[in-house]
Amino acid sequence: MYVAVKGGEKAILNSHKLLAEERRGDPSVPEVSLRQIDQQLGLAVDRVMTEGSLYDRGLVALAIKQARGDLVEAVFLLRAYRTTLPRLAVSEPIDTAAMAVRRRVSATYKDLPGGQVLGPTYDYTHRLLDFALAAETDAPPEALEPAEEPVAHPMLRVCDVLGGEDLLEPETPAGDPASGEPEPFDLTREPLSFPAGRDQRLQNLARGDEGFLLALGYSTQRGFGGNHPFAGEIRLGEVSVEIVPEELGFAIDIGEITVTECQMVNQFAGSASRPAQFTRGYGLTFGHCERKAMAMALVDRALRCRELDETARYPAQDEEFVLYHSDNVEASGFVQHLKLPHYVDFQAELELVRRLRADHGDARRKEAAE
Amino acid sequence: MTSGIGAAEPMQTTRAAIGDSDPDGADRYNYAYLDEQTKRMIRRCLLKALAVPGYQVPFGSREMPLPYGWGTGGIQVTASIIGPDDVLKVIDQGADDTTNAVSIRRFFARVAAVETTEATAEATVIQTRHRIPEQPLREGQILVYQVPQPEPLRKLEPREGETRKMHAYAEYGLMHVRLYEDIARFGRIATTYSYPVMVNGRHVMSPTPIPKFDNPKMGGNPAVQLFGAGREKRIYAVPPYTDVRSLDFEDHPFAIQRWDECCALCGAGDSYLDEVILDDRGGRMFVCSDTDHCGTRRARGHTGRLGADAATAAAAKPRGAAR
Amino acid sequence: MTAAFETGFDTSRLATGFADPVLDAQAAFRRLLAAFSYVGRIQEVAEIAEIPAPLNAATASFCLTLADLETPLWLDGAAGRPAVAAWLRFHCGAPLADAPEGAAFAVVADPAAMPRLDRFAPGTDQYPDRSCTVVIQVEALSQGQGQGQGQTLRLQGPGIDGTLDLVVTGLPPWFAETWALNHAIYPMGVDLVLTCGRKLVALPRGTRIEG
Repeated sequence: MYVAVKGGEKAILNSHKLLAEERRGDPSVPEVSLRQIDQQLGLAVDRVMTEGSLYDRGLVALAIKQARGDLVEAVFLLRAYRTTLPRLAVSEPIDTAAMAVRRRVSATYKDLPGGQVLGPTYDYTHRLLDFALAAETDAPPEALEPAEEPVAHPMLRVCDVLGGEDLLEPETPAGDPASGEPEPFDLTREPLSFPAGRDQRLQNLARGDEGFLLALGYSTQRGFGGNHPFAGEIRLGEVSVEIVPEELGFAIDIGEITVTECQMVNQFAGSASRPAQFTRGYGLTFGHCERKAMAMALVDRALRCRELDETARYPAQDEEFVLYHSDNVEASGFVQHLKLPHYVDFQAELELVRRLRADHGDARRKEAAE
Repeated sequence: MTSGIGAAEPMQTTRAAIGDSDPDGADRYNYAYLDEQTKRMIRRCLLKALAVPGYQVPFGSREMPLPYGWGTGGIQVTASIIGPDDVLKVIDQGADDTTNAVSIRRFFARVAAVETTEATAEATVIQTRHRIPEQPLREGQILVYQVPQPEPLRKLEPREGETRKMHAYAEYGLMHVRLYEDIARFGRIATTYSYPVMVNGRHVMSPTPIPKFDNPKMGGNPAVQLFGAGREKRIYAVPPYTDVRSLDFEDHPFAIQRWDECCALCGAGDSYLDEVILDDRGGRMFVCSDTDHCGTRRARGHTGRLGADAATAAAAKPRGAAR
Repeated sequence: MTAAFETGFDTSRLATGFADPVLDAQAAFRRLLAAFSYVGRIQEVAEIAEIPAPLNAATASFCLTLADLETPLWLDGAAGRPAVAAWLRFHCGAPLADAPEGAAFAVVADPAAMPRLDRFAPGTDQYPDRSCTVVIQVEALSQGQGQGQGQTLRLQGPGIDGTLDLVVTGLPPWFAETWALNHAIYPMGVDLVLTCGRKLVALPRGTRIEG
């Protein structure tokens, strides 16, 4: 019995019911709470906040719960919500020099003011499954002895040290206040345009898929690019967010966010007219996303080839390739749209292939007859 | 859940109201979902698109609650034009009852309090994916296409910077070369859908993945044709009564698909047909892809080889394929 | 809307805009969409309760529907009165452009004194959409022939089934000549909206005009 595969409202509603059942899993197992997700799956929350470009741990926890842990789906949920929010103000640039640092490592100096602050990291854990966690005894973690001295605040940035010696190129802010365009580009309001400014590129990379950036960053290290990077500094901590309300005319503090910042110090550039200087690659994420921030900094540097007069030869240096394919909400939607019906176009191709085969057969028969 | 395609669906006209029995909280969003500033931005782009038929206007596409690639461009265009006096029809593959069409129709019924219909003639706005309805459109109707890839030259040149220049200087030789390579290899142009068109004698445009069967309907159409590509962030348009020509060569003129069969349900011999597999022994039938067209014909008493009963189809003998 | 306008104006005394900003804008946009689709055909917009002189209802409706903080607006000498500027800033939030060249939209209330069309942004060869739309308030606007002393424009092009006659009173004498130049740089060029009372008609750059 032939039944056309056609949906309809009922099919969709039933599918949603099945999905709700799957999401909940075995009802005898206690439901996961948003606070549990926020507190115990914090790095997942951080990643979704970054790629979803919305700093709200509660909403992200909800998105992760609703998406059953599918982080790309959670990013999508968050983005679709974000787009409906009114834009009340544009913040002042955050000042990472004034960060309340919880972790700070530099690979370029053995020691420096403020020291190396290891902070919470998996870096030196031995990756052995911890079966104590499986026992779910909820034993409190071992108590931490207070440090002998408090973490320095503010803590000097490595880039400022190098910049002070003029060894690192200066950072130029996006937009030129003189031309009346002090605000950086915002690709959630305007489409990408090429050649893209660095503001456009950095925003795209910050929202970009961690896996995609990781692979691209890795490719620059393996020879598909020539960054020659040093991890100048990676720092994690809390920074203030300030806005200047029009009626006040001065900045007020509206809260604090956690960010991870990575400053890569790269291959120097110089010319007859300009002495040699190291070049920058920059990564910044919400929360603690170190892998992402580092990969972003590598790709940022690779994409700067045009302004640094390097020939773009590798995928990570190809602005259109990188920026058009970094967004996992776009990519996921378009890859998965292939499951929508395409039978009208397939029919068009079928008709053609049959016709071409018939032509071919006719030609062969004619040949044979001759 | 599923319905035999033979079962003639009654024309449905429903009015949804925002706010009452609204479990999804649609009343917390602006009318037609998009905020007013976004609508203004899209509206400005639409007028520029109409002013330069076939030219792709970049726009600040927003993230929609539906995935990219699933009609976000068409949805944003529809949301920017639709009002409470409109009657909306949504089709995918020519059918009103495919899941994505149902999903988009539900979305607008909910967020725009708009009347919906399956009847082409009753609709003021028709959002479509992959087809142009069989019934000729009239003045005042707006056809909104969902566009996966707005750039007709993209498969020849992946870089936006390059294709934009090609459009700027009307350098379309590459497209003709590609079509001619088909002729050299296959003896005919082997493009069957997304068949490129020249609009107003100036811009080469992607008609979206409609089968080339539908291309001739684009030119000189009394209705307004708007195109939205959400992921690629482009809007373009073809105003009514605009010259739209499918690219071809004097010795290989453009031709549309044709079938030896008629629609098995309504007997139409001039509509685009879908092939439906009936069994694992080569049994198949051909039916109109435009479900409203087919249903309307059957309601008027037209009958095809297998009549209006899908059950009959199960007993159908295997038949030859389309030529 | 934004209240970011300069001092010296009491908002409570400003003329109102659309009664329903969402649905009125939608209805007005559909008239504009029809105007740009069915080129040369006169469309009518709804009345707006209070409009600062010398704007007519169609011009006001155009601005309320399309202008905002992203679209610099240029007003000619006749339109550029403080009451109009304050009203536009309050309801649209649109920044006012000092010169025609920098405007996304321009409003001309006195066509006899208006700058030639090549003073307005025509877009670029790669982005012809970045061009100005100029709204010109004319004395009279009617369809077809024999409507008295107006200038008959015979229109042809996309959006027109064959040819269409539009009778306009009040365009500058050099209009036909500069329009031909504007049309000649297609796909670049400015687009025009002619308004009169509640009536409006669009003349996009692709339209050929005889007469």
